[in-house]
Amino acid sequence: MSKDTTGPPSTGVGDGSDGGSGSGFGRRSFLAAAGVGAAAGLSGCTGVFAQEARQVTIAGSSTVFPVTEAVGSAFTQRRTDVTVSISQTGTGGGFSNFFCPGMTAINNASREIVEEELEQCGENDITPLEFTVATDALTVVVNPEADWIDCLTVEELREIWRTDGAEQWSDIRDDWPDEEFELYGADTTSGTFDYFVEAIIGEEANHRSDYHATERDRTIVQGIRGSQYAIGYFGFAYYSENPDQIKAVKIDDGDGCVEPSVENAMNEVYTPLSRPLFIYISDQMLAEPEVQDFARFYMEQAATDLVSEVGYVPITEEQRDENLERLEAAIEEVTE
Amino acid sequence: MATETGGDTGFGQVSRAKDVAFRYVTLAATLVGIVSLAILLAYVTVDAVGWLDWQFLTSPPHPDPFEAGYYPALVGSIALMVLIALVTFPLGVGAAIYLEEYASDNLLTRFIQLNIANLAGVPSVVYGLLGLGLFVGLLNLGFGTLLVAGFTVSLLVLPIVIISAQEAIRAVPDSQRQASYGMGATKWQTIRNVVLPRAMPGIMTGTILALGRAIGETAPLIMIGAPTTVFGVPNSLFSKISAMPMQIYTWAQYPSTEFQYGVVAASAVTLLAVLLTINSIAILIRNKYQQQQS
Repeated sequence: MSKDTTGPPSTGVGDGSDGGSGSGFGRRSFLAAAGVGAAAGLSGCTGVFAQEARQVTIAGSSTVFPVTEAVGSAFTQRRTDVTVSISQTGTGGGFSNFFCPGMTAINNASREIVEEELEQCGENDITPLEFTVATDALTVVVNPEADWIDCLTVEELREIWRTDGAEQWSDIRDDWPDEEFELYGADTTSGTFDYFVEAIIGEEANHRSDYHATERDRTIVQGIRGSQYAIGYFGFAYYSENPDQIKAVKIDDGDGCVEPSVENAMNEVYTPLSRPLFIYISDQMLAEPEVQDFARFYMEQAATDLVSEVGYVPITEEQRDENLERLEAAIEEVTE
Repeated sequence: MATETGGDTGFGQVSRAKDVAFRYVTLAATLVGIVSLAILLAYVTVDAVGWLDWQFLTSPPHPDPFEAGYYPALVGSIALMVLIALVTFPLGVGAAIYLEEYASDNLLTRFIQLNIANLAGVPSVVYGLLGLGLFVGLLNLGFGTLLVAGFTVSLLVLPIVIISAQEAIRAVPDSQRQASYGMGATKWQTIRNVVLPRAMPGIMTGTILALGRAIGETAPLIMIGAPTTVFGVPNSLFSKISAMPMQIYTWAQYPSTEFQYGVVAASAVTLLAVLLTINSIAILIRNKYQQQQS
């Protein structure tokens, strides 16, 4: 320990620069080299890093995430100079925390934007541009060992998920077990939650709050697998990845039981749970060339197999042309 | 060894059985760690076979597990590490030199010393909150950017760098400093020519080991809003970045079993490989300079 022991002598023989002679050359040259290296590294980095980031930032729904992920992956393989980043925040979380404050260029949405969110965006002079990119078949799932259940009517589904509704399976149908539900559903920040409320619960009732709410669909899969009496719902893509681990319930909207599938959603017979998925693009961010390129690429890819590979229904070619037309018009407007 | 027969040796009754038993108890304690590490490594390696290939290391993430790649996370982690090294090395060594060579042993110094020791034990998620409040909120450097991630994790490992640098500096024999002063060297000359070269292997080892810890950190990245997935490599300090542990966390949530076992295992093996490489570089540097010293 040498904590300020003897101060250095004010006068001395030699000037100390050869204080560490002997092997001093190696040490000093190392220090010098390290210094030069660090300086070069720093200047090199400032050269590379001082420029503004060329990036497309995306937040929002975890339901739309797989589509955007597939598009983003394909996009960066063509455009290596652009960074695309996606956060899973839920549709509502994405709008209110990221998109409307101007922090992201695109928001994934599994429902349409609502009035308050439009207002919030308006306060920051952001006009969201809506584009339909796929169709989902929102899927109700149960444990594979729940052999009593195969099909539910919309009315029964509402009984299970509304406040003050059924508590036990036997409350729905008498021959079902006297066991309480174990409920796994989407978080309230999720567009899936909002859509489920709109399509099933309706305006007279409220979605119950005593359920396991999560933005992570994987948690729902795990919960359903863990209990014979569990029931939950999420986007079709998550079911199509795990068809052996969980069982999808057919839905009866008055015209008999229809199973969730890409075909049934495309033919519009899986009602009322097939729904459009959107992306919203901020008109402010659309002034950036990389956002324009990404948006064009997204619209083209949304009509291809890329979408069906992740478990959703692609948009038709007419929809695609219409999207592209609106996009070009919007780009022209913001760049002039 | 108790070769003498019983009696008043002051050690009580000699028991061969206890002697042997204790030996095996300590051996068992040692093996628990090694065996569980071996099992873990064997498991991930077996799962990673067939997944960890060139395509995996050079492609962006993808919803299809067979096309998914680790490239942006790998490059993001390395960029992050370079930035952390550039921040922590000068700050950490500077602080260590001040505390060891300049600061007098008073109440304030001891208070600072105590704080640094405590900061080294603060959970990383708390540093994440600090980064979120300070760099994202107050300084407005953008959520989830390379710069914010680098600064936040730098704060996290800085105490470790300071403490290891202090220890390295303290290990330099005082007689060498006195000899330098005796030759007429100033304090600055002594530190530059005597203390730092002698302490450098220790400082480098400590810094590199701290970097190893830094690239394994996930919680601070989640707190500062690093994106779920990033495609492409950072092209600016203000680019959103992903890091290897962050991408593992994301993939572990994916629904398909190919992700949960194959892809996640492959990324864990990659992360471990990078970590082990860093640690072996630390050992090489230490050995090299130790040889030069002697």
